[in-house]
Amino acid sequence: MPWKALDCDSVPASLMKIHEYQGKQIFARYGVPVPKGEAAFNVSEVGPIAERLIAETGNPVVVVKAQVHAGGRGKGGGVKVAKGGAAEATSLAEKILGMQLVTPQTGPGGQKVRRLYIEQGLDIARELYLALLVDRDRRQIAVIASTAGGMDIEEVAHETPEKIIRIHIDPVLGLAGYQVRQLAFALGFGGKEQLKKFSALMTSLYAAFTGEDCSLLEINPLIETKSGDIVALDAKINFDDNASFRHPGWEELQDPDEEDPVELEARKAGLSYVSLEGDIGCLVNGAGLAMATMDIILHSGGRPANFLDVGGGATKEQVSKAFRMILSSNEVKGIFVNIFGGIMRCDVVAEGIIAATKELGLKVPLVVRLEGTNVELGRKLLDESGLAIQSASSMGDGAQKIVAATRAAKA
Amino acid sequence: MSILVNKDTRVVFQGITGAFGSQHARACIEYGTKVVAGVTPGRGGQRFEDKVPIYDTVAQAVKAEGADVSCIFVPPPGAADAIAEAADAGCRLVICITEGVPVLDMVKIRRSLEGKATTLIGPNCPGVITPGECKIGIMPGHIHKKGHIGVVSRSGTLTYEAVGQLSALGIGQSTCVGIGGDPVAGMDFIDVLKLYNADPDTHGIILIGEIGGSAEQRAAAWIKENMKKPVAGFIAGRTAPPGKRMGHAGAIIAGGQGTAAEKIAALEDAGVLVSPSPAEMGVTLQKAMAAKA
Repeated sequence: MPWKALDCDSVPASLMKIHEYQGKQIFARYGVPVPKGEAAFNVSEVGPIAERLIAETGNPVVVVKAQVHAGGRGKGGGVKVAKGGAAEATSLAEKILGMQLVTPQTGPGGQKVRRLYIEQGLDIARELYLALLVDRDRRQIAVIASTAGGMDIEEVAHETPEKIIRIHIDPVLGLAGYQVRQLAFALGFGGKEQLKKFSALMTSLYAAFTGEDCSLLEINPLIETKSGDIVALDAKINFDDNASFRHPGWEELQDPDEEDPVELEARKAGLSYVSLEGDIGCLVNGAGLAMATMDIILHSGGRPANFLDVGGGATKEQVSKAFRMILSSNEVKGIFVNIFGGIMRCDVVAEGIIAATKELGLKVPLVVRLEGTNVELGRKLLDESGLAIQSASSMGDGAQKIVAATRAAKA
Repeated sequence: MSILVNKDTRVVFQGITGAFGSQHARACIEYGTKVVAGVTPGRGGQRFEDKVPIYDTVAQAVKAEGADVSCIFVPPPGAADAIAEAADAGCRLVICITEGVPVLDMVKIRRSLEGKATTLIGPNCPGVITPGECKIGIMPGHIHKKGHIGVVSRSGTLTYEAVGQLSALGIGQSTCVGIGGDPVAGMDFIDVLKLYNADPDTHGIILIGEIGGSAEQRAAAWIKENMKKPVAGFIAGRTAPPGKRMGHAGAIIAGGQGTAAEKIAALEDAGVLVSPSPAEMGVTLQKAMAAKA
């Protein structure tokens, strides 16, 4: 999330994302007004949902919204308004469900739509922007608001910075009354009734943000209806996954279809893995060293196939799992193991590698650089394993060796 | 001299009887660190490895053993509470090794430390070492060498890499500080740089950053205005794709911001010599020292 232009240095602490309809269920639980709606997983559900909504609200308009984790769904054709009742909603749903939705955030391949949200239509008087997030520079929760809703907030911040309102929340005071009033007046909620409605909304949002350990909560647009109600028309929520230990319910909110299957598998094994486009597989301990290993491979003329941090206290089983993941990729033409053991013991790494290669065999060049805790024992285990391993004396030496070996293997 | 910790530092380990805490308490004791007490609630009166007395609370450990620094190995659900307890007990320095502390817990902790004399390092960090005198944390002690270079870093293993390169070149370190990779944490680069700048025993500095956030850019601005000593730098994640979180909670390029290129440009503009490769951090420091000599 690009907050820099908002003069607020905050990326979400984590990227556990949920769908809009799930976000709105959370909103509703905390008392944040949201439109009436229901999720649909296949087309046959859409008609009855639309009929129910129309009967309940007396408004013949319903909105069919694709549920994918990427933003910019409207631009990609993933959000459509049905004015012709249940039949039109169903025919729109047929087009959207199963489509490959391409938005500015999905990449060119797009994301397959597997869930829909059917929502009541509302008469919009004006659109606003509202977000809560953790500002890492100020070390506080920040509220960002703007009267320019429904637009790209980055663009607003860039072109009309005076339209962006920022409030920082002191964790001791919580969201203070005067801050809510500042926001309300700045957003044009002047009357007593509206002030009351907006206060209730802000109080609920702050409670949701802290109660659910969010790292980002964004509503774009927040709308004022023609009848003067303030409603969250959208809901984007990211959680801080460090706090998952106090939120057992998060597991159910995850949607594996929205994630890279290899990265998901890695996470389940307690590994941090990101697929990249190159052909040299990397197994490293520590996030910084893992990034630096990718960098040095590129610097030496090769291309990394992945980022893989086995973490500090990895077990033999985790290392073995990590190594098997690399071995089973068809793209990988060479492997570089780069370990500087602090907590991580080099002998544990060696045992994990040996176990994995025994199972799957080793058909590509392998360069191993071991340093740090129990390095002698680790090297001895690898020497005695009989595996075709090139050992490296340093990170630079290892990178050069694996780039050369991979090139030779491909030639 | 050195910064933050030295041979007289008296350390209490919170979570000393846990698997992780005990392993590293042992390694710190072996290194020569004065580990004067451990804290595990409910196990007060016992001893760790028949030597180090265990207390129920940090306050007791401070009172009885004169501990002035706490090192925390308490698991994430209790880590913020452990930091608050150490600060309340009067520890001047609290080093939280624990990985995975919720960011909103840290927002509250940072606020609660305002106006207190306690300095926090971490969480999610390798700790602090003054070679030959005091090691508090999880870094391998044997790769270090006593000397005059300060190393400050957001990444644990990359710090070891830099230290390993320095020691191999025969260059020792004054104090190495891992500030951790979390978005909201204790000391930042500038806090540590100020101490190095004032420490007569530190003659040069390696600063190791990574993608995400703008701590390196702020450090660069500070260096440009204030730093009297040569600084070499490295930024990890030049090749990281945007939008993908690289292990550390803070390491992500978001919306084209927080990139390595941006950080490298800021550091170079401040006169920092940035290493082109992680394998050349030691050599780059040597060059930076030679250029300023």
